[in-house]
Amino acid sequence: MALGLLNGLRYTASRLVKTYLSDLKHLGRRYDDALLKERQSVRGSGIFTVQYPEERLPAPENFRFIPFLVYEPALDENGQPKIDPTTGKPVIGKQRCTACGICAKVCPPQCIWIVRATTPEGKPKPQPAEFYIDIDVCMNCGLCAEFCPFDAIKMDHVYELAGYERQSHIFDIHTLSKPASYHAQIHPTDWAREEAERKAKAKK
Amino acid sequence: MVANTPAVPDTPIHLTDPHVVAEHIKTQYPDAVEAVSAQCIVLKKEHLLDVARYLHDNLAFDYLNNVTSVDWLDHFEVVYHLSSMERGGAPLTLKVNTPRDNPSVPSLVPVYRGADFQEREVYDMMGIRFEGHPYLRRILMWEGFEGYPLRKDYKEPYYEEEKKPFGSRWDQGYHILAEDRNPWHDNVQYPANFDALAYQPPRDTVPVVEATRAALTRLRTDKIVLNFGPQHPSTHGVLRLKVTLDGETVYAVEPVFGYLHRNHEKIGERNTYLGNMPFTDRLDYFNAMANNLAYAITVEKMLGIKPPERAEYIRVIMAELSRWQNHASALGFIYNELGAFYTPFMYAFEERELILDLFEAVAGSRMMCNYMRFGGVARDVTDDFIDKCKYLVNERLPRRTDELEAYMAKNELFLSRAKNIGILPRDLAINYSTAGPVLRASGVKYDIRRAEPYSIYDRFEFDIPTGTVGDLYDRFMVRFAEMRQSIKILKQALEQIPPGEIMTGKKNYQVRVPKGDAYGRAENPKGELGFYVVSDGSANPYRYHVRAPSFINLTALNQMCLGHKVADMIVILGSIDIVMGEVDR
Repeated sequence: MALGLLNGLRYTASRLVKTYLSDLKHLGRRYDDALLKERQSVRGSGIFTVQYPEERLPAPENFRFIPFLVYEPALDENGQPKIDPTTGKPVIGKQRCTACGICAKVCPPQCIWIVRATTPEGKPKPQPAEFYIDIDVCMNCGLCAEFCPFDAIKMDHVYELAGYERQSHIFDIHTLSKPASYHAQIHPTDWAREEAERKAKAKK
Repeated sequence: MVANTPAVPDTPIHLTDPHVVAEHIKTQYPDAVEAVSAQCIVLKKEHLLDVARYLHDNLAFDYLNNVTSVDWLDHFEVVYHLSSMERGGAPLTLKVNTPRDNPSVPSLVPVYRGADFQEREVYDMMGIRFEGHPYLRRILMWEGFEGYPLRKDYKEPYYEEEKKPFGSRWDQGYHILAEDRNPWHDNVQYPANFDALAYQPPRDTVPVVEATRAALTRLRTDKIVLNFGPQHPSTHGVLRLKVTLDGETVYAVEPVFGYLHRNHEKIGERNTYLGNMPFTDRLDYFNAMANNLAYAITVEKMLGIKPPERAEYIRVIMAELSRWQNHASALGFIYNELGAFYTPFMYAFEERELILDLFEAVAGSRMMCNYMRFGGVARDVTDDFIDKCKYLVNERLPRRTDELEAYMAKNELFLSRAKNIGILPRDLAINYSTAGPVLRASGVKYDIRRAEPYSIYDRFEFDIPTGTVGDLYDRFMVRFAEMRQSIKILKQALEQIPPGEIMTGKKNYQVRVPKGDAYGRAENPKGELGFYVVSDGSANPYRYHVRAPSFINLTALNQMCLGHKVADMIVILGSIDIVMGEVDR
């Protein structure tokens, strides 16, 4: 008797049916964002294939990939961020980074290179003149973001970084800099916490 | 305890105290002990083998956990960790010194066969000869490699500086590509006068060990050597097996490693303590959380700190989720090896996806979690996480475990291929230093979570499932039973998890570890993952050794495969559940 074997086959068959049942239940609502979230969660059932790259799974807030530098955008006379017409990105007002070098020291594969800016007299200034991350070396551990005392370096959500030549994988300060609003958008919880801390500090 | 008064020497519990053990040794070998401290016994190397045999036979130190060595610049120190399967408790540390020129110590293979690969590794990495080893050859590097990479004076290609952080990164840190910085302007170091074109690698011979069961065939046949891997889908990565075959019957198996070798330990010694944390993710990349935990408890042992309650619970939850998904995938892999391509495997992977989603939500990455810190965890878990986790643990995981068991464990085709295949008897399982499910399947009730409880495992109620025969079927079923026990622990942990802090003290990236050494270990899904860390008080570990369970479990592969068919060998390899990231390090 091959009862165990037949039982197994029954299980496989039931799985096949279940998958279609789940698809039928959600017929026509495939591209519903809320639904996609539910079907991918612990409460979802059946197999749901995300059609990458047409569809993408939402990245959780803590997701970490290649760091970026946070800058405060320059403001125009109305108090709105100035937009650079050529790049479409807000103009850099002030880098949060003070070139203290903690991220370069904590980095396990040592992929961060920082050149500290100097005044014309040659005194060091709390500002980065150059900031490089070799993203081929970066291991996405997130320690730089975790230990930055100025919330100046954060982990990004962008994970499609293929390039045609190696030199394009050495990110300089221009590639790395992203406005604070971008950080607020991808890390809403962290952003709220950091803002609250900053306000509490300013009150003191 | 004072050295002269070994209190009640026959009480087994005191045998974890080096002073008591040293007194026992002195009764038999008065000259053997060089020094005793609260942590270790230093032995004279002439007596090492005798003492080891005495400890093994008379004091029931039947298990060799770990063999490693430290380069102290003026001499080498070989470190052994022994424990007893019956008594449990912390392992006993033995040390033997040997001079730096022409270093050698007696091999322990005659007593502990588990020393085989480990001594070869020490020989390969540190250049210490083990007199009496049956097959002393390089194991991770190629035969013909010049130099001993773990010696302190060895400089690897792309060598930059002795220790991280490198001075060139800040404050005038202009980016330089590694190959431009390479002082030799070459990727590889060759021996002096090496001619690549004329080089002939040493002829490989496969050692035939204990092939008594193999000579059963009536036909007179020649043996052939089959090269299996390193690029083969069933070797779980880049493992190569040199198999001597008599017809289709396996006569001897010799695993060949090193295709994924990156000298994790040297990287670890250049790195800071915290900097090693993300590197441990890459050892057994199926269980980054469990690796993190083992490394964190080792360094915490040296620092003398304890994480807060909540962090302890979070750690246990992560480690047990990791165990469930590892075992589920391992079972799927075994079916893969049997020829049931990917269907069972994918069923097992479905819940794994959800577990990895949880890891991603809290740690930021699905597999390379880098989540534990010394004295806590990196991020607090949210209520949403706990809710999802509870649903998963109470509803989905038990159901899926039952379903998978009904689907996989009762299949007649499977039973006929798994029962009485690859038997590893109890005494051999211990002697070969196998760990984890492989050891327990052979009927040894040994689990570090019970034998030497770490974190807060002493609070939870769970059983240690064991097998009876030690065959492939037992190794399969032990994993199912362990999945159930993991769920049991998870249920308790999720009920009890208190609110509160997740870090002891302030987050610190420059951890200063006091001078000394420690061997920390945790029951990983694959077996005992141990870290032997030596600190000289600076910001970087002086010595950092990983006792990789998959690597040492492979020592028993030859024994398990003898006399079986090639097709069975693949399944037996699958039942050990190896990950090459950990084997080759």
